[in-house]
Amino acid sequence: MNRRLGALLLLMATQASAEIPEAERRSGYHDMGASVQAMQDDDMANPAMLWVLDGEKLWAQRQGAAGRSCADCHGEPSRMTGVAVRYPAFSESASRPISLDQRINQCRTEQQKAPAFDYESRELLSLSALVAMQSREHKIAPPDDPRLRTFLEAGAATFNRRQGQLNLSCAQCHEDNRGKRLAGATIPQAHPTGYPIYRLEWQSLGSLQRRLRNCLIGMRAEPYAYGAPDYVALELYLMKRAAGMPFEAPGVRP
Amino acid sequence: MLVAALVAPALAQDARRAYVVEDDAIRESLTGKPGDAERGRAIVGNRQVGLCLLCHAGPFPEERFQGNLAPDLSGAGSRWSEGQLRLRIVDAASLNPATIMPPYYRTEGLDRVARSFAEKPIFSAEQIEDVIAYLRTLRD
Repeated sequence: MNRRLGALLLLMATQASAEIPEAERRSGYHDMGASVQAMQDDDMANPAMLWVLDGEKLWAQRQGAAGRSCADCHGEPSRMTGVAVRYPAFSESASRPISLDQRINQCRTEQQKAPAFDYESRELLSLSALVAMQSREHKIAPPDDPRLRTFLEAGAATFNRRQGQLNLSCAQCHEDNRGKRLAGATIPQAHPTGYPIYRLEWQSLGSLQRRLRNCLIGMRAEPYAYGAPDYVALELYLMKRAAGMPFEAPGVRP
Repeated sequence: MLVAALVAPALAQDARRAYVVEDDAIRESLTGKPGDAERGRAIVGNRQVGLCLLCHAGPFPEERFQGNLAPDLSGAGSRWSEGQLRLRIVDAASLNPATIMPPYYRTEGLDRVARSFAEKPIFSAEQIEDVIAYLRTLRD
């Protein structure tokens, strides 16, 4: 089955709400003010670059019982070009898709024989920002891997599932009401084009899972644990939904 | 005429009152008495308590950021009777299953509610009556 037909069948099977036509897809970048856009556009002003610099140092440091650095196996960070735009991807050893953060930790534990970094730790965000930045301007390109199909369906189901005391689904806001105003904020289309992002509200860099957690807490739903398969499936679906959009990590958002 | 009786289960922290849906309304006050419009205005205007202005705009000149996902509350008291407002706040999805209006007094049939909000309605019966009293003052 070709990819387009597969995607169509997936949509028919799982989509209850209004899918965004390709011509109307837009990054949250276009919904924010000019000053925040300028902050993202200028590497000297983008606060995420502080994490990228830390990531460059970590990349070259020998770590763990194996005494190996990322660079020892992978070479220069630029060799990671095009990697972030195809994550989450299926992991043989996990028998399920894993996020880029989980892939970095897999290298830590399996190759470097070092303890995994905590989710949202400065180290993990620094390395993921460094790797993600190598795919800037690349198009989001989820792998066409049949082993991902059931996980994609699970992610789509989560996207369309009403949750929490406020009884809302992701789709009700980010598709049906995209572009409208939730109090003072324009509701974006929820395309993960720039993660990890520096969010002004956080005063920090954070992962897509942290952002998803914010939405769940706003809906008064129980957030999933960081790294939970539910989050990875949702990430997978969001990347599929944004396939072909230009990647802009590390992004800045209000 | 559709008449459905709902008997809320006894809850330890916020015992919800039983109510009767007739047509598209709950005619009887949940507390047995009218609410207070002034308290109702404070609830609607408070983003943490009422959440109303996240989605609705209304006659709140002092509130700078108001949503536009849902109808303007101005004139709500002309458009809807007291009983109609009550059902729309208690459980709007019973009238329109696709609505984004949260169920302010229903706790059944909700999925993955955060532990700190489990089994709790968004509003107490008193808050619902106060909000209705306020909305009824919003006449065109």
